[in-house]
Amino acid sequence: MFKKLSKEDVHSRSNVKSSVQRAMKSKLVSQYPKLEEVIDELIPKKCLFELIKCEDKIQLYRVNGEILFFQKFDELIPSLRLVHKFPEAFPTVQVDRGAIKFVLSGANIMCPGLTSAGGKLPEKKDDELDKDTTVIINAENKENALAIGKLLMSTEDIKSINKGHGVEMIHHLGDCLWNLSID
Amino acid sequence: MPLKTVVYCDICTFPPEYCEFSGKIKRCKVWLQENHPDLYTKLYGEEGSAGTSTATTENKLEKSLRKLEIKQENRDQRELAKKMGSKVVIKRLERTKRKCVVAISGLEVFEIDMKKLSKTFASKFATGCSVSKSAVTGDEIIVQGDVADEAEQYIKTLLSEKGLTSIKVERVDDKMKKKVKT
Repeated sequence: MFKKLSKEDVHSRSNVKSSVQRAMKSKLVSQYPKLEEVIDELIPKKCLFELIKCEDKIQLYRVNGEILFFQKFDELIPSLRLVHKFPEAFPTVQVDRGAIKFVLSGANIMCPGLTSAGGKLPEKKDDELDKDTTVIINAENKENALAIGKLLMSTEDIKSINKGHGVEMIHHLGDCLWNLSID
Repeated sequence: MPLKTVVYCDICTFPPEYCEFSGKIKRCKVWLQENHPDLYTKLYGEEGSAGTSTATTENKLEKSLRKLEIKQENRDQRELAKKMGSKVVIKRLERTKRKCVVAISGLEVFEIDMKKLSKTFASKFATGCSVSKSAVTGDEIIVQGDVADEAEQYIKTLLSEKGLTSIKVERVDDKMKKKVKT
């Protein structure tokens, strides 16, 4: 999604009304319930809350100079900066070490990378994730997430089929959004 | 539950544990050792604690990583050479006998924001200032009024701030129409 994004693709920048800001906060919490306890810390009442509209109808939300989340359609997607701050709030999958290199160059994640020894998927039956869930992608022996993606098949299917694309890449370390500097 | 603060590497902007995949690991290591020695020993202290994957795949990975590193190094060097080789041209264009504009070109190589610089020039010299596209030299900043000296000084300080001291700044006088002065 962020293969190409630079300053020229930014159409407009504006500060967001506090009422809209409140709405965004509640929406974020409703999507990721665990964020509730830290939401006031993430987005304080008094802060510089900016909406940056970009090419292809991508909207970035920036709080105090840090892009914390963005949306393309209806769903809000956290950026990696936010994920690093509070990783517990999001569903997570893990890839093995061999996959890191490809993930960091923007590839979709293939099923074998998730099912091999170094990879990890939710194990319990209740924790299975459905298709189209937004997940953060962690790596073997690493503490922090390296990418954010969307499941192309449910985790159950990934385990059973174990072939082809498992997660669609949305945002990864070192992509244009990560490196974007606006000022 | 408090928020975590993650250390980001100054060199490659990744969290330090991913430095090895950025292709700049040598510089990253130096930076980390200077700024976060505890993290350094944690990450690079024990050699060979790479992971659970088998030795052969690990070797392959290492090889490809090294390749990436070399590539990145070459790219950096090329960029630096390009920077060193290019120069800033400050051109004084005479419009009439007493009036002139100053055109500055060749700045985009140094990652200077032209639009912003033109704004600062406009307020600094209290004149009109704009960025215009010219076919020959790429983008250039046009400042109204004879401010070539001050502009040159300002650009030199800007460049030295970025650690580029040996960049040539060239001055050219040009007449637009009739030759009046020598």
